[in-house]
Amino acid sequence: MKTKNILLGIFFIFVIVACAPKGPETLTVMTHDSFAISESILTAFEQEHNIKVQFIEAGDTGTAVNKAALAKDKPLADVFYGVDNTFLSRALNEGIFDVYESPLLADIPDEFKLDPQNRALPVDFGDVCLNYEVAYFQENNLTPPQNLEDLLKPEYAGLLAVENPATSSPGLAFLFATVAHFGEDGYLDFWRGLVENDLKVVNDWETAYYNEFSQWGGTRPIVVSYGSSPPFEVIFAEEPIDEPPTAAVIGTGSCFRQIEFVGILSGTANRRLAELWIDFMLSPTFQEDIPLQMYVFPVNANAQLDETFQEYLAIPDEPAFLPPADIATHREEWINAWTELVLR
Amino acid sequence: MKNNRSLSIFFWIVPLAFLGIFYFYPLGSILKLSLARSEAGLLTPFIEAFTSASVRRVVGFTFWQALLSTLLTLLLGLPGAYLFARYNFRGKSILRAISGVPFVMPTLVVAAGFSALLGPNGWVNIGLMKIFNLADPPIEFLHTLVAILAAHVFYNTTIVLRMVGDFWSHLDPRLGKAALVLGANRWSVFKEVSLPLLAPVILAAGLLVFIFDFTSFGVILILGGPHFATLEVEIFYQTISLFNLPLAAVLSVLQLGCTLLMTILYTRLSTRVTQPLNLQAKRHTQSKLSTWRQKIIATGISVLLLIILTTPLLALAGRSVTSLGVINSREGSLAPGLTLAFYQELGINRQESLFYVPPITAIGISLAYAGATVLLALSMGLPAAWALARDRKSPLNRILDPLIMLPLGTSAVTLGLGFIIALAHPPLDLRTSPLLIPIAHTLVAFPFVVRSLTPALQSIQPRLRHAAAVLGASPRQVIRHIDLPIIGRSLLVAATFAFTISLGEFGATSLLSRPEYPTVPVVIYRLLSRPGALNYGQALALSTILMIFATVGMLAIERFRIADVGEF
Repeated sequence: MKTKNILLGIFFIFVIVACAPKGPETLTVMTHDSFAISESILTAFEQEHNIKVQFIEAGDTGTAVNKAALAKDKPLADVFYGVDNTFLSRALNEGIFDVYESPLLADIPDEFKLDPQNRALPVDFGDVCLNYEVAYFQENNLTPPQNLEDLLKPEYAGLLAVENPATSSPGLAFLFATVAHFGEDGYLDFWRGLVENDLKVVNDWETAYYNEFSQWGGTRPIVVSYGSSPPFEVIFAEEPIDEPPTAAVIGTGSCFRQIEFVGILSGTANRRLAELWIDFMLSPTFQEDIPLQMYVFPVNANAQLDETFQEYLAIPDEPAFLPPADIATHREEWINAWTELVLR
Repeated sequence: MKNNRSLSIFFWIVPLAFLGIFYFYPLGSILKLSLARSEAGLLTPFIEAFTSASVRRVVGFTFWQALLSTLLTLLLGLPGAYLFARYNFRGKSILRAISGVPFVMPTLVVAAGFSALLGPNGWVNIGLMKIFNLADPPIEFLHTLVAILAAHVFYNTTIVLRMVGDFWSHLDPRLGKAALVLGANRWSVFKEVSLPLLAPVILAAGLLVFIFDFTSFGVILILGGPHFATLEVEIFYQTISLFNLPLAAVLSVLQLGCTLLMTILYTRLSTRVTQPLNLQAKRHTQSKLSTWRQKIIATGISVLLLIILTTPLLALAGRSVTSLGVINSREGSLAPGLTLAFYQELGINRQESLFYVPPITAIGISLAYAGATVLLALSMGLPAAWALARDRKSPLNRILDPLIMLPLGTSAVTLGLGFIIALAHPPLDLRTSPLLIPIAHTLVAFPFVVRSLTPALQSIQPRLRHAAAVLGASPRQVIRHIDLPIIGRSLLVAATFAFTISLGEFGATSLLSRPEYPTVPVVIYRLLSRPGALNYGQALALSTILMIFATVGMLAIERFRIADVGEF
């Protein structure tokens, strides 16, 4: 009797759910795990267009791209945000995106538009750069490194920690920076020099930054991190400080620029909503929200940066660059060659 | 006999349906799709994997570290299990609860704990440098094999403590006493009497520990560093970084094959050593610490357990209330400034982010998933364990027994992708459903539940059941009055495992998650992936909160009695 009642109850819940009055239309947005947005601007967007936005987190960038690729026949969402230039070719080759010529592309400089067919539209960028602890170099009367070549100097022996390119996204970006800067023929010689200069390799950014970096409990005063890390050391300081305790090395070709893209997933039934969302992501409202939420920077030329960034952010004039197609072709080869040389 | 067999099949229906839909079907789908992507034919990735020297090296290392870790875990766990089984002493339940805390801690946080303790600027190294006036840290711990082994022991000792300790507590100590009277010494009593009786449960616990270590991922990656790789790490690399799905699939199959092999070996051994016993209530088997000798041994074992299982966590908790500015000063300090700033910051949504949740909400979400996992894992595991225990030698059980361990040996990355392609169509379109989280946790918890329950169920004397039946008890009454009271404790052990597995599981990378409903480990990872003292400090603070909740949760489960079942 009791079981019967419970079953009846469950049945009614199903009926109620199934017959519920249709609310606003729902748009599903799949993202990588670093996505974040201010509540207020999302609510404004939802109200303006009478849309409910449902987010789905799909893991880190590589994982998310793989999931989108495998779910191509029955897409997980209407829009996918988070593929970057190191995975762009994989996403495009798998054919997960439809073309969308957003009117807002006009406000975005061409250097960010890596897909000429506009299947993947640029949203933000961040630079992977060497960071150093300012106090260490002051106390030891050392000049901080200015570029990649400096790292080979004997006075910097035993000072550098990097991430493994096989397991870490900034590690991979840094490897790409060395390939772009020293060329395919020269990058391994540079790494050989780093190994001789007592390089420390760990598997992930968290370990490199919080365990190896001397700023946070380690012994290495130079670490591969992001160009945005120093201003965030100010914003998230334990007690308010005026100067960042760390700084980024932004010499020619020493940073690798990661650009992140958004696209409409092929097969969506909500094309109109998806377009609205992409226009929103490229608009100054969302673009100005990006830095403090996601620690990367807007591509829209009309977006204004927050004061802290204007003061402390160092953006490299000439970051290293590799075409996504080259990355796709050589990724495995470069990583394997690096592994043989540095880890074996 | 016939009746028995059909009953067995009946018990299997639900757990098998569950495994079929949520494990074998997604796994089969992803393996099929992955291998189909091989452009050079089906066999090529297999040939590539089996002829590659680096794959051989990885498999060799995976076995080697798992074997060493398992032996060390048993070495620490068995004396602890003995202590818990035979003696009552003050602080026992809290010690038991604490021993389970490592199980729920995310690897990144544990790594931070080990680093705070034994890293280059850890407290031990700073202390030694001060005392002996050294220029460099004398202990190199991180990124060594020792660190991997230590972390595995740290994580898995609780498995041995709980499974073996619980079973041991029901063994009749009079057997040993009789042997002593007959002139045996203590060692030969252990070797000739206790060990053979304990063998099935030691094997069961050892197998679980081994498979956990064999498929180790986070520990290898973070504490082991880039010079070490297990199969699981290699699968991750091939899948995510290179998108070489055919090779990843072959490696997954290889890992499954190894798991299956170990499990079959275990099944063979354990059927040989299992025998029905007269299990005793704990009040007959446990005594107070009375002699000095007992007190010294008990203290020694407790202190050892406490040192290995709690110091990394205490170092972590210590850091969460330490002003981080002091750590970075190179002089190093053993008595830094205290602060509660990180705890206060946890309650503030400074960036007004949509996905921010206060810590109490994250804990609520984690507890809800853990509760669902306990219910689901017990309702799947109990019938399976029952069927297994009733007739171990039936052909059906001989096939199914090894299969239930497979989810533990499966690569999380592979299975996660399997969910995405397999569970895509109604009525099973669960890809983005929050239900998938307790389901995935249950797959991991299920083998634990079955393995915790079968030794107790098997030990029930068949004549107890027969006697009850002869006296007119219905099968249901037999279960209610014979089986349930005897396995009551094991049921709690099983529930504890399901609870802790769910609480600590960090499924966000392999599953799709709703960012508005993050579990505690997810929030910790979010904080850790950002630069800045406040973010790091908050991650440590939240980990400490998780630690406290896990301890309280486990104490609560220990006190819990199933209805009026109690102990016999």
